[in-house]
Amino acid sequence: MRQSRAILLGTGLFVLLGFAALFFLVTQITSREFGLGDAGYRVIAMFDQVGGLKPGAPVSMSGVTIGRVEAISYDFAEYRARVTLRIDGEYNRIPEDSDAGILTAGLLGGQYVGIGPGSAETFLADGARIEFTQSAIVLENLISKFLFSKAAEKPEATQESAP
Amino acid sequence: MIVAVVRELWQSLRDALEALGGYAFFAARLFAGVPRALLRPGLVIEQVHNAGALSLVIIMLSGLFVGMVLGLQGFDLLERFGSEESLGTAVAFGLLKELGPVVTALLFAGRAGTALASELGLMRATDQIAAMEMMAVDPVRRVVLPRFLGGVIAMPLLAAIFSLIGLYGAQLVGVQLMGVDTGQYWSQMKAAVEIGDVMEGVIKSGVFGVACSLIAVYEGFHSAPTAEGVGRATTRTVVISSVVVLLLDYMLTAVMR
Repeated sequence: MRQSRAILLGTGLFVLLGFAALFFLVTQITSREFGLGDAGYRVIAMFDQVGGLKPGAPVSMSGVTIGRVEAISYDFAEYRARVTLRIDGEYNRIPEDSDAGILTAGLLGGQYVGIGPGSAETFLADGARIEFTQSAIVLENLISKFLFSKAAEKPEATQESAP
Repeated sequence: MIVAVVRELWQSLRDALEALGGYAFFAARLFAGVPRALLRPGLVIEQVHNAGALSLVIIMLSGLFVGMVLGLQGFDLLERFGSEESLGTAVAFGLLKELGPVVTALLFAGRAGTALASELGLMRATDQIAAMEMMAVDPVRRVVLPRFLGGVIAMPLLAAIFSLIGLYGAQLVGVQLMGVDTGQYWSQMKAAVEIGDVMEGVIKSGVFGVACSLIAVYEGFHSAPTAEGVGRATTRTVVISSVVVLLLDYMLTAVMR
């Protein structure tokens, strides 16, 4: 029995350590938040283009994370992407005429939703909709715009130099 | 000459198929006995100790060094793209999804698998298993099953410990030596890794645990009752486990990607 108690102690320690490691990996390494009460409220924003935005991406104001993107779906009534944002309860004074834009953190970083405050006296409430949105920038569109504007410039330039 | 080669090939194919059938039969027998084995947790706990707690030091040491190497290599690679801050993300994905489960399984096969196989092989060689059968004690239920379950329980825990230590090893190199910002290291990791990624590693290590334990137990239990047979069973355990783990790893990655 003496022998087996040492074994029990060692095994207990090992199992404890193992589950602690698992728990740490699940809670500390992932972006999932385990809030017991689902505090906070939901706001909807419609975008023409969400780019690489994913559920779980941060929602920030002036760089401060105030919530997360909860869901992204496509709305066939408006033919736009519907993004549901969950804002933490403590940030409940966001003016109603604020604007939301999809921005990129760094060159290779993930995309997030940035909210710029408006000036209205009334605030966004649960289920409210952000009217002013700015879509994600798609690199291909940017390049094609640039190329087309270049192409449009050229004939004029040659005409000027021709005569 | 050609006939002899063909016959040889046919023979080895038949042997391989026979072994596979033997494995399937043995696995079915083990799984059928699991509920009853859990009624005697003492035996299982002892084997969790053998397979898990005694492998802890080698797992932690390996995890530390694998993490440190990842930190160095990852830093060198990411520095070329000017995104050293993503080191945490790169290391976390590498460890959680691939290196943690796979390296743990390979070490497990080398440390615990060989111990299991040689122990059972020696029991076979010294007629202990035959003696149990004489006393109407089912050796599969009394000896094999607890060892199998011990390995299955220990593996995911070992893999989790490996990954965690590895993350700190990479942090040690990346942050202390190479000068990546600590906050960036952890926060970028946190932003990128999702719970599904952690679960992928856990599922993988669970499957590897079943595979490695089954192979060790089968090879040991079915070894030839000689000194040479025990040695061969140990060797086969390591070789088969390593190949099967890498094969399963590819298949699981392809499925869960």
